[in-house]
Amino acid sequence: MTTTLEPPTSGSARSRRLADQLVRVAEAATTPYLPSDFMDLFAPLRSGADLRGRIESVHPETADAATIVIRPGADWAGHVPGQYLRIGIDVDGVRQWRAYSLTHGPRRDGRISITVKAVPDGLVSNHLVHEARPGTLVHLEQAAGEFVLPPAGGKFLMVTAGSGITPVIGMLRNLFPSTDEGVLRPTRSADHDIVVVHVAPSHPHSIFIRDLEALDAAGVIRLVARYDDEHGVLDVDHLTDLVPDLAERQTLACGPAGLLDALAAHHDAAGLSLTTEQFRTARVEPGDGGTVTFSSGTTLDLDGATPILDAAEDAGMLMPSGCRMGICMGCVIPLREGSVRDLRNGAITTAVPGETGDIKVQTCINAAAGPCHIDH
Amino acid sequence: MTTIQKKAVLGQTSPIAHLTDADIEQIGIELDAIRQDVLDDRGASDAAYIRRVIDTQRKIELGSRAVLLFSAFPPAWILGTAGLSISKILDNMEIGHNILHGQWDWMRDPKIHSSTWEWDMASPAEQWKHSHNELHHTYTNVIGKDNDLGYGIMRVDEDQTWTPASLAQPLFCFINAVFFEYGIAAYDLELGSVIKKKQTKDPDFRRRAKQVLGKIRKQATKDYVVHPALSIPTGSFLPTLAANFTANVVRNLWSNSVILCGHFPEGVETFEKRSIEGETKGEWYVRQMLGSANISGSKFLHLMTGNLSHQIEHHLFPDLPSNRYAEIAPKVKALFDKYDLTYCARPMVPQVASAWHKVIRLSLPNGWLATTNTKNAPQQLAVLYKMATGDRRTRRLLGRKLESEARAAA
Repeated sequence: MTTTLEPPTSGSARSRRLADQLVRVAEAATTPYLPSDFMDLFAPLRSGADLRGRIESVHPETADAATIVIRPGADWAGHVPGQYLRIGIDVDGVRQWRAYSLTHGPRRDGRISITVKAVPDGLVSNHLVHEARPGTLVHLEQAAGEFVLPPAGGKFLMVTAGSGITPVIGMLRNLFPSTDEGVLRPTRSADHDIVVVHVAPSHPHSIFIRDLEALDAAGVIRLVARYDDEHGVLDVDHLTDLVPDLAERQTLACGPAGLLDALAAHHDAAGLSLTTEQFRTARVEPGDGGTVTFSSGTTLDLDGATPILDAAEDAGMLMPSGCRMGICMGCVIPLREGSVRDLRNGAITTAVPGETGDIKVQTCINAAAGPCHIDH
Repeated sequence: MTTIQKKAVLGQTSPIAHLTDADIEQIGIELDAIRQDVLDDRGASDAAYIRRVIDTQRKIELGSRAVLLFSAFPPAWILGTAGLSISKILDNMEIGHNILHGQWDWMRDPKIHSSTWEWDMASPAEQWKHSHNELHHTYTNVIGKDNDLGYGIMRVDEDQTWTPASLAQPLFCFINAVFFEYGIAAYDLELGSVIKKKQTKDPDFRRRAKQVLGKIRKQATKDYVVHPALSIPTGSFLPTLAANFTANVVRNLWSNSVILCGHFPEGVETFEKRSIEGETKGEWYVRQMLGSANISGSKFLHLMTGNLSHQIEHHLFPDLPSNRYAEIAPKVKALFDKYDLTYCARPMVPQVASAWHKVIRLSLPNGWLATTNTKNAPQQLAVLYKMATGDRRTRRLLGRKLESEARAAA
């Protein structure tokens, strides 16, 4: 005799089936749109929606930096101090994505914040610092990044430059909360021995310098501030003069590429460990023509006057195409990285991984403007 | 109408005879400058515009569908049907048509992008984009190339031979208008020519046909099953079904009328296939200028036509955001005046009437309508009867006679 094991008909399985059926009915009632397209009209931050946030307030930090406090959507999974998040915001009507460090540890009110320094020609940073208004809906991704402190503690050196302080300030605020009674040092932070070498153009241009000074005054960190106008530009070879026990410390650095490269060379030579964080990838200025790499493996050297579509077809590639005059959008394919030039009016479109996302470009009227990677 | 190229041969005035090659290239340069001006300050307020329209449309749709849950109550039926018709028209025209043109791709919003958008119509967006954006917008008003001219089922030009079947054209045209979304789907599928060429077994056609049927099934399930079923508790199954059918027909009639106005009124020019060989950008622009007609009217009318009331501007710059057509229209009109070209614009009613007049005129033999008045109507009807029932030779002889009488009368 054989017995068949019936799966227990539990209430939860039944209700799940019912929920699935309800979702199918809702989808049938809203096709070709999704029920969520309608729910987004009223509750964009609800659980189950694409992750978004709403700007609640903008606090100026210096003349050209501000902290943006955001209420994240219900599905925000939290973060570890030092992590960053990618935020998508519409600037002049165009969606732009950037990564910024979260500048608070997890907050009791569930809000998150980023501190942004407006960089010259920085489209998004200038918008966030000077134009962003409370109430604006922004698009978010979950926090990410390996630039975090081991919870067990240890001896650390943090080298930060300019807005590179932002992930570090998030870590420090979490370790040493600032209250009305002054800076606290909870037991979980007892074993964190931290030196911060902070580099900035000048004292007034230094974001969070007051926070750093307060932490230093409270004795929970040692701050070595270096201002270009006072001390000259920092030479990493002299780091041991500033931090004599450098060799015992684990270094975390965040700042511009030049500093990080110098530090990497220095630490490499000295056999020291280094964790770095850099947000902005080095950009290539748009040129005239360039090497176009396709995901399929084909690589073409193109001049600045031949449409990518024509060149790819001449090379035997099968390309989507349409009117061949820039009106039908039948030939658009994603530009991963690099710049293309619109042959009709010279307009440059640049895709930067992590910032613009893939940009769908019309290959029939765009020519290469520098090296590009096209997803086709 | 007669193609621009034939007009020149027949000794009629070609509307572009006075333009030199240099003039035509200059027109292209000036139009490029108008386009560039809009691109240069396209930005946040434009993005806010399309989001506002989408937001409004969705709220009207939700509201109307909610009201229709009680559609057994006549005022609710009227309100809900009117709201749903408006919402479907907005979805089809100002939102769907224009997003699928890529007018809003520059926002880089993955939810409002020509490559991801789908609309509340029988024709799948992907297929419509091919037949509309690629074929119609590239080959606008070129006889034999632009199937939007009569959708391959109508006689749209005097040069096409008249046959007795042409007499049924107004009826076909009306039926097509009522079921326009299915007409478009069949047309995007190139159903007519596929059947004619016996290519119904072609795998690509099969794939596309499956796609269309799937879309139609989903659309019909929504409007004729799910929403009526949701109305059962108030006893409104049939009223809701009728309301949804009515809204679809209203949308069909409206969009068909707007589209007829775009390229079919009297005064819009057509072109020979040969004339576009080696066409320059300037010549392409001129063809768009003369091949399209506008509808003049209020801001509300422009919104409800998806700004296809600015058909001329739309055909010149199909990828500019539709909310900008009104502002560039005076500049485009000034260019027409400068080069002594006719900017074909009339209010909605005369424009629709003009298009239908042409449908009827071309359903009859050339010259018949022009030579018929109340006095000679019986004799003329007898001629028409003879032509409709006679053989090809009879048709040719009587047709020639009518044409020469019409020329003499003119």
